[in-house]
Amino acid sequence: MTEPQAIVLSLNGRTRALTVDPQMPLLWALREQAGLTGTKFGCGVGVCGACTVHMDGQAVRSCVFPVGQAQGRTVQTIEALGTAQAPHSLQRAWVALQVPQCGYCQSGMLMAAAALLAKTPEPSDAEIDAAITNLCRCGTYPRVRAAIHRAAREALASAQGPANDFKLAAQPCDLTAACSESAA
Amino acid sequence: MKRRQFLMAGAGAAGTLAVGMLTTGGHAAPTAASAAAAPGGIGLEMGPWLRIAEDDSVTVLVPHIDMGQGSQTALAMMLADELDADWRHVIVAQAPADLRHANRFLARGAILGERELPWLVDGLADAVFGVGARFRNVQITGGSLAVRTTGQVGMRVIGAGARSLLLDAAAERLAVPRGELEARASVVRHAATGRSLRYGELAADAAQHSLPGRPKLKTAAQWTVMGSSPPRPDIPGKVNGSAPYDIDLQLPDMLVATVLAAPVHGETLQAVDPAPAMAVPGVHRVLLLDNAVAVVAEGFWAASRGRDALKPVWRDGGQRGTSTASIAEAQAQALREATGGSSGKKAVEHGNAQALLDAATPARTVRASYRVPLLHHAAMQPISGVAQFVDGHLTLWAGEQNPLGSKAAVLGFTGLKDEQVTIHPLPVGGSFGRRNGSDNVVTDHLKQLTAIARAMSPRPVKLIWRREEDFARGTFRPMISCDLAAVLGDDGLPAAWRQRVIERDHPEVAWELPYNIAHQSIRQLAVPHHIRLGNWRSVNHSQFKFFNECFVDELALAARRDPLDYRLAMLPAGSRGRAVLQQAAQASGWRMPLPAGHARGIALNASHGSWLAVVAEVSTDPAGRPRVHRLTAAVDCGPVVHADTARQQIEGGLVMGLSATLRERIDIADGAVVQHTFSDYRLISMAEVPQLEIHFINGGSIGGLGEPATSAVAPAVANAWSALTGTRVRELPLQT
Repeated sequence: MTEPQAIVLSLNGRTRALTVDPQMPLLWALREQAGLTGTKFGCGVGVCGACTVHMDGQAVRSCVFPVGQAQGRTVQTIEALGTAQAPHSLQRAWVALQVPQCGYCQSGMLMAAAALLAKTPEPSDAEIDAAITNLCRCGTYPRVRAAIHRAAREALASAQGPANDFKLAAQPCDLTAACSESAA
Repeated sequence: MKRRQFLMAGAGAAGTLAVGMLTTGGHAAPTAASAAAAPGGIGLEMGPWLRIAEDDSVTVLVPHIDMGQGSQTALAMMLADELDADWRHVIVAQAPADLRHANRFLARGAILGERELPWLVDGLADAVFGVGARFRNVQITGGSLAVRTTGQVGMRVIGAGARSLLLDAAAERLAVPRGELEARASVVRHAATGRSLRYGELAADAAQHSLPGRPKLKTAAQWTVMGSSPPRPDIPGKVNGSAPYDIDLQLPDMLVATVLAAPVHGETLQAVDPAPAMAVPGVHRVLLLDNAVAVVAEGFWAASRGRDALKPVWRDGGQRGTSTASIAEAQAQALREATGGSSGKKAVEHGNAQALLDAATPARTVRASYRVPLLHHAAMQPISGVAQFVDGHLTLWAGEQNPLGSKAAVLGFTGLKDEQVTIHPLPVGGSFGRRNGSDNVVTDHLKQLTAIARAMSPRPVKLIWRREEDFARGTFRPMISCDLAAVLGDDGLPAAWRQRVIERDHPEVAWELPYNIAHQSIRQLAVPHHIRLGNWRSVNHSQFKFFNECFVDELALAARRDPLDYRLAMLPAGSRGRAVLQQAAQASGWRMPLPAGHARGIALNASHGSWLAVVAEVSTDPAGRPRVHRLTAAVDCGPVVHADTARQQIEGGLVMGLSATLRERIDIADGAVVQHTFSDYRLISMAEVPQLEIHFINGGSIGGLGEPATSAVAPAVANAWSALTGTRVRELPLQT
């Protein structure tokens, strides 16, 4: 353990100085120093992905990322993925498909998905499988997959102009790919 | 005496109608819904669950916590529909965990009256109010109970009763016969004169009217809110990081603690040198508890580092030689010795299965032994909570499945009085039975938390278990061994079924067979060990359905019959079991050819009031292990209240069941849990989730949905894998 130092970083669009032990995992600096509790503690060993944030646009597991290494870099957390007025296309898709159950892993899922879409605007199922290694005990995986596809479609449609503007469906369940409806 | 007034109403805050509590006296209102929920008459009591304000807002206070199951929304829908409330103005709120209501009502006998209550209702009262522990398996949020009990006999009746009050008030105000009024979307209308009154305008007057003895409930055809899928109010906070889990609570001056408890369950703390932890910057205190050491610090990182520095010595409790193998051997030995017809504690005895077995030729007899491992809940939120002890008052913020049960436990181990403890229930990031407040094992984190809060008073303390602690001190689904034997009749169907199973000594119904088998002998044997056990999603059904549905496939194989046809032959015409099997078979293409190297398996589960069949399609992956391509489920949970959350519960149950089937297993070595975290207890991830197809059938009364899907996956997948490989699967997980 080393002495606390001022770690200066761009956090959710603002320059912040966090005075912490540089070895402290970024997760705890975010949660306990910066008060950003949307990023979750799941395993502490970088396996479950509940703590996923963006570091210079890349998805990283903040529970095993020393905050000292964030010096001078750009960090984005779930709190800045979108706003209430302008939610991220993934957040809109997540609401439309009512993805979360307990919700605890969903910040990490969304951040991992956002990093994927930034790099791969139209991911295939295999690309989603490779990129989203986050764990969800409630079993939201089929809806996470469907919501990523939906957000990708929405983003592409809006890029093509207002004529293709995406409309949210009134009914949330749109999982034709993942689980078919029954007339029974 | 005549039926008591069973819905008590009173003017709450100015201009509001507060429907405060409800007890049905005598027998149930003769409606299909309530009769189905509790045949033979009900008595019931509920806390203060509904407020209608002048601004037309309808607040439904739901006593079940949100752990992802969506039942808060479904329950509010049930009340709102019977109330004919405008769903857009319904607010779903968490009911406070206030034991004083329960005590007052119980003490006054307002609920129980002079009557003996049927056991179910007695148990329900226990569950709702956390008072007494007579039926420990009935939890406030568990047993897939929310919709089928709280909703059916609570929410709907409260809604219908309040609607009646509003109509009475409107009839008086408008001076028209009540029968000429119509209530819809929070407005009472008188069609003949075109006049109308909003619920908000009527609420204060309504509180002065008497409640009906038997509020009439709607038929399914009259539902306007139930059966739809309104968006869940908890979702927005779960996509922007603001959902309020206890682990996220920030209080001024708060400290953070973590613990290291005896890795061998039952052992206690002998000695520990606190100095190495105290040397970690930021650590405030090292506390010695009965069976654990707690490190209290400025933040979690320091507390965690402090924990790493400690080398506690535990008192040897004589269990350090216990291993998975030694438990398995003890169970096998007990089963070997249970040869007689009367060995073990009786669960089911019909006819004379033992005599048939003794007389049967080997050619007519099928025998097999099965085993399932210990399983961990592995909720994504580690165990956590916040507490503050000030001036003799303890305040807890915690995501507990049964806030009042947890409160009762806290009162028990702190010696505090009810009025000295406040629990603020919060949503929990998964629980699956782990935080159900039923006993001292599952509430040990609260015992730690309250001890730490007392020591650090008046500063608030947040306790966070490391993931390793969560594994080491889990409360696991039991490891169970089971011997099965059956005698096949001339028709190839089982004439006798004999089952001996290692079980905990607690009430269960999971052993009941859905099939017509004349002679059944099912008995349980106790082989205690020191490992902490608890209820895992499905309770005991996931173990029993693996044993039973796989063994049924073995019988079908012995009789050279198709596994689906074999099951259908044992089920009565028109039964719910037949319907779900046929639906799942039809939807999965059961009788259609498969690609080379693929096979299907089928399984049936009746549990928690619902029926469910699953067909699994599997092949072999490049490493020679099972690869599941598709799970087709047919579900009969009666009329569906919230279509989308119902589907979600089946999706989640299938995924959790599949994860357990393929890979999950807790091992014991040197008396302690071997697995530490998600890298050695591997849950399935996105890439392994098969195509899920879910079909709902309405075959009768409302059943639970949180648990049933979990249980049918293992036997369906194991049967498919056995069919593919020709080698019977009798032990889990499949990918070892």
